[in-house]
Amino acid sequence: MRAAILLILTLSACAPAAPGAVNDPYEPMNRRVHAFNKGLDAAVLRPVARAAGGGDDAAAATTAAAPAGPTAIPAGPIAAIGNFGSNLSLPGKVVNSLLQGRPEPAVRNTFRFLVNTTVGLGGVLDPAGADFALPEIDTDFGETLHVWGVPEGAYLELPVLGPSTERDLAGKVVDLFIDPLDSVLTDEQKIAGTGARIVSKAGDRAQFGSTVDSVLHDSADSYAQTRLLYLQHRRFELKQEQDAIDPYAE
Amino acid sequence: MTLMPNDTRRGFLGLVAGGCVLAAAPARALDQNGAVALIHRAVDEVYAVINSGRPAAQMLRDFEGIFARHADVDAMARSALGPVARQIGGAQFAEFKAAMQGYIARKYGKRFREFIGGRIEVGAARPLKSFWAVTSTAYLRGQNPMAVEWHVSDRSGRPRFFNIIIEGVNMLASEREEIAAMLARRRGDVAALTADLRQAG
Repeated sequence: MRAAILLILTLSACAPAAPGAVNDPYEPMNRRVHAFNKGLDAAVLRPVARAAGGGDDAAAATTAAAPAGPTAIPAGPIAAIGNFGSNLSLPGKVVNSLLQGRPEPAVRNTFRFLVNTTVGLGGVLDPAGADFALPEIDTDFGETLHVWGVPEGAYLELPVLGPSTERDLAGKVVDLFIDPLDSVLTDEQKIAGTGARIVSKAGDRAQFGSTVDSVLHDSADSYAQTRLLYLQHRRFELKQEQDAIDPYAE
Repeated sequence: MTLMPNDTRRGFLGLVAGGCVLAAAPARALDQNGAVALIHRAVDEVYAVINSGRPAAQMLRDFEGIFARHADVDAMARSALGPVARQIGGAQFAEFKAAMQGYIARKYGKRFREFIGGRIEVGAARPLKSFWAVTSTAYLRGQNPMAVEWHVSDRSGRPRFFNIIIEGVNMLASEREEIAAMLARRRGDVAALTADLRQAG
């Protein structure tokens, strides 16, 4: 574990960003991975998400209030599986909040986990969010590294997993090791949890389908758009100051 | 001059070089309330169209009208096109600007279904560089609340917004990158880019 963190810190430190420019020294490799991911989305994720969400924009564009198509699976099961998967991710988030020296989100996510695991029938339902005003507070070891002062590092696009940075990839690896449920769950339970998280990703692809379609399949340079969206949104999540465009000063 | 830290210093400078301060003054001619009022108006008009239940094509035309009235399309088009905007003639820029206005209205307007049954709560404004940043929160059905920030200036002669930041994602920065990619695909031919934009979005 300590060796992993050390490896990661060295990795993250190796590509300093030039001010103002995008830190993307691996662009040629990243673009090849992007082409693969885009093909995977078109061949697998998009069709699955369309079937699950019934969200076909071209067909729906003629009516204002588009009802889900007849082939649509009701949102219920997908949402339930998604709830189950994200409930299992809460203990890891609690650990990260504590590592960041942020007790409040740690306490809130702990209560959320307890309420949803018991009253919410093992996390299938979300009474904590609905009735107790305890929405999930998202965090990960990538954020912990940021709090500890590790720089973002170079931009990366990972196969299947999508956009990331050196720091966030390091975070993903460490998150696999510091999940407290790891020592509690049986192998079958872990597989069910991973399966639930994958289904929950497909649910996200259905919910944000038109956004993903527009970025991935409608834009002139989907690689550059994905990179910009990921980096800006990630810096926003980490509450980093971003440069504002002043068109009147140009 | 707009970076003067406080009123005392500005007052002092006013004595020394009144002309400079006068020149800087229009940057703050628009006050906080004016900036917030503009976003209230724009959001209300958008929701009036969404709730009108008209056919989608008519709605997109209505959105374009709202965008043309309340956004500084000129500044946005100039910024999106970058240095090329200064190299082309006025007529060609005007055509690009008109094409971009339709493109933006279609690209973002066709997402209106996500806003049905939701609401946007407009918050306060804070000064940023030479303009105002107005915060708002979008509550859309089945989604976590989203932070939407509007950048407003009256440099065009009246209050208009020129950028929207959604959960940290900068619309103008994104369009700059997209338009640059479209222009590169046309090997720098702005007329061809303009023709493409009329079809895009």
